[in-house]
Amino acid sequence: MATSPVSSTPTRTNQIGLEILDYRGSKSTLCAGCGHNAISERLVEAFYEMGVAPEQVMKMSGIGCSSKSPAYFMSRSFSFNSVHGRMPSVATGALLANKTMRSIGISGDGDTASIGLGQFMHLLRRNLPIIYVVEDNGVYGLTKGQFSATADIGSKLKTGVVNDMQPIDICALAIQMGATFVGRSFSGDKKQLSTMLKAAIAHKGTVLLDIISPCVTFNDHEGSTKSYKYMKEHDEAVNETGFIAPFEDITVEYDSNTTVDVQLHDGSHLRLRKLHEDYAPTNKTGAISMLTESHDKGEVLTGVFYVNPEGMDFVTRLNMIDEPLAIAPEARVRPGREVLAGLMQELA
Amino acid sequence: MSTTNLEVESLPAADSIVHPKKLVNDFTIQVATVNGSGSQSANGILLRSIFRMGVPVSGKNLFPSNIAGLPTWFLIRANRDGWVARKSHVDLLIAMNPETVLDDIRKLPAGGAAIYDEIFPIGDRRADVVYYPVPFDQLVAATGAEMKVRKLIKNMVYVGVAAQLLSIDMKGLESIVRQQFAKKVAVADLNWKAVQLGFDYAASKLTKQDGLVVEPMSATQGKIIIDGNAACAMGAMFAGVTVVSWYPITPSTSVVEDLIKYMKKYRVEKDGRATFAIVQAEDELAAIGMVLGAGWAGARSMTATSGPGISLMAEFAGLGYFAEIPGVIFDVQRTGPSTGLPTRTQQCDIAFISGLSHGDTKHVMLLPGSVKECFEHGIEAFDLAEMLQTPVFVLTDLDFGMNNWMSEPFEYPENPINRGKVLNAKQLEELGEFARYKDVDGDGIPYRTLPGTNHPKAAYFTRGTGKNEKALYSERPEDYAYNMERLARKFETAKTLVPKPVLNGTGKEKIGIIAFGSSDPAVMESRDQLRREARIETDYLRLRAYPFTQEVSDFVARHETIYVVEQNRDGQMLNLLKTDLDASEATKLHSVTYFAGLPLEARVVTEAITTYEGARK
Repeated sequence: MATSPVSSTPTRTNQIGLEILDYRGSKSTLCAGCGHNAISERLVEAFYEMGVAPEQVMKMSGIGCSSKSPAYFMSRSFSFNSVHGRMPSVATGALLANKTMRSIGISGDGDTASIGLGQFMHLLRRNLPIIYVVEDNGVYGLTKGQFSATADIGSKLKTGVVNDMQPIDICALAIQMGATFVGRSFSGDKKQLSTMLKAAIAHKGTVLLDIISPCVTFNDHEGSTKSYKYMKEHDEAVNETGFIAPFEDITVEYDSNTTVDVQLHDGSHLRLRKLHEDYAPTNKTGAISMLTESHDKGEVLTGVFYVNPEGMDFVTRLNMIDEPLAIAPEARVRPGREVLAGLMQELA
Repeated sequence: MSTTNLEVESLPAADSIVHPKKLVNDFTIQVATVNGSGSQSANGILLRSIFRMGVPVSGKNLFPSNIAGLPTWFLIRANRDGWVARKSHVDLLIAMNPETVLDDIRKLPAGGAAIYDEIFPIGDRRADVVYYPVPFDQLVAATGAEMKVRKLIKNMVYVGVAAQLLSIDMKGLESIVRQQFAKKVAVADLNWKAVQLGFDYAASKLTKQDGLVVEPMSATQGKIIIDGNAACAMGAMFAGVTVVSWYPITPSTSVVEDLIKYMKKYRVEKDGRATFAIVQAEDELAAIGMVLGAGWAGARSMTATSGPGISLMAEFAGLGYFAEIPGVIFDVQRTGPSTGLPTRTQQCDIAFISGLSHGDTKHVMLLPGSVKECFEHGIEAFDLAEMLQTPVFVLTDLDFGMNNWMSEPFEYPENPINRGKVLNAKQLEELGEFARYKDVDGDGIPYRTLPGTNHPKAAYFTRGTGKNEKALYSERPEDYAYNMERLARKFETAKTLVPKPVLNGTGKEKIGIIAFGSSDPAVMESRDQLRREARIETDYLRLRAYPFTQEVSDFVARHETIYVVEQNRDGQMLNLLKTDLDASEATKLHSVTYFAGLPLEARVVTEAITTYEGARK
């Protein structure tokens, strides 16, 4: 990182006194121009701006290009690069051990929708409090360019192979399975992605973000439906997202007839600009049918499709003590001698 | 233990009135029922009534993989000398299954006795068997029980008949019945009435013609009866387990089901909040994933499974080894894959688990040899997993897990919980630096931090193989080799921490036996048989863990011939031993295996060893 020249201006810090540098990660080893790198940058900004202590964040991932990227942001956060398609279970266990932590899962379309579909569905169903980001390029990068289950019908590999099977719409699936915050963005859409990530940080429950992130090496060519060019031409925002954190005094331009406010768990508000008159972000069925229709029309909808701030998350449901189980002292986890004596009595 | 176990075999074949010779506190009862008929409580009550009279006893359920309709057998062995392994020689049959009654009676040895439902068409009677026909339906009707519970009540009638014939103490029996049905007086009354009707019928209508008698002893005083799964569950609770993730699978299911019962009772605080999280996962992949996620984040985490679940856990088990994450996996072993014999016992996962997963993987295994050790190893496994920062497997089997065992009461753990090398923020500040995978102490065990440790240098990046000692990504061959050598060193350290084997015998004999787990009671009894019948003296080393400690190779070195007794086809433990021993020593090992799925019998071991020793002479 370049050091700034001598300057009298004080270093900018966030509300917990950290600089943006405190949120940086190692140098990325992904391809130059990879959408994943842009997402890492937005994550750094979002966590910095929301004032989340990096030590309070667990970065979880599976296997793939996307799953390597937790190394490239927030080095002061604990990170676990686990096994292919199984990050949801690892993330679940980690949150059970320490429910006071925040968790962000970074996955890819193969890691989530192909090998990992089973665990992914159950994570959604449990409403695990995690921000689950799918860096979605419709292609396997690390093994050099095979289709994943989110590849669109008709999209073409560099080798000329055409996909003739239906893609899995991760967002529609997530809404149906019980995720309480579901949105889609584009790695190149700095404004929309930043706003969405900040809203995600404020939400408690499963946040599923499907972020189209073109693969510059294997899937950014004529015939690909997840290329930069294709996305620029077909991206239709379903709503404009404004986000007001509880500690930030942001006013967002909005028309009272066409906006909807959603109060998030930490008291902040997510404001969605409705572009479609018949769409409400709290209506599951509406969101799913809207996504289905967009597929039929060949559009890629972006925006926040569904939010339910009321759903009980998995960790709350288990009614655990306030302190992390991980550090519960012996006196609280090993019952006394009289308990064993009583049990022995019953078995005599 | 004394040497009076052969009387049954030495009895003369009898005429129509069979042997009058008394067999006091040394016989086997076989209850033949239909799966789903609810005989389990009745069998448990019968077992406990003998136990309460001070007579050593064991109960083994030989049951099908089925909910209702298939034949099932329950074996109760009473033995004054304390031998509690399975014995296939049946003295008293309680035949309640019309489908199997002919076969069950046919298989009775000469001198056996059979209680059976008089409506069963049994054909010609055998002259060398005592028959006790009982009009079960009439007796059940006399209890006034409603139609829907008559099937259950019938079981209590045979308890009464058997109690009368065996001279079981009725006062003690009543208290057990009332304890069993303590929640509802009316149910207890009905069951007790059924027992009494059976007892009275036997007293007035049957003539005692067999020699089986229970006489009061004091050999069970202070002892308990428990199954191994409940013992593992108890161990886990007292180990301070905090995160449990599991997927139901026979025969391990009741480990977690019992644990849930205990935890709800003893690990919920006054405000109703739990000091644990128990999650039924979507499959075993997720179960082990959660265990490792939780272990990584600092919880004492566990799962319980059986062979097919272990297969699914292979990939994560390897990650756990390489990424050095604690977690405890209880494996209640059963026979082979898929639908097959999930209700039959074996010791068949040893070879698989020892190196479970791809790459140069080695796992620590604990091998409890009694229900008491199921409890003790259940506690120790959690300490070892955290001290060694690696998954630890506790291998029991169906025979331990789902059968009733007599035991000394469990002892409260004397050592405080050992959480291993974990650095907190204060220690990090003092040290100034922290390298996750550096061998600071020379024992191969590095230091770790837990997520949430509030220090800018606390965090590290966890991944499988490609890393240097500071947990940074690395593909340098030197870094990989350093890490692998350190892991090997850590496994050497494990040898000094795992439970040592137990030596039985003088230690000076020429012949040694090595066995482990649920083979123990059969091996102990077999040594007694070998001594009495063939004048073969043996030393016996009971393994309690892998990696093997120094005592194991010392034992092999001290003996001329070693029989390795195990319940699998291919001699899995023997092969593991061979890998560890010098080639010259390995030739001393001979395999004694039993793998047909029923609990091991002493006779099997005795015959194998006498045959081999005879051939050697």
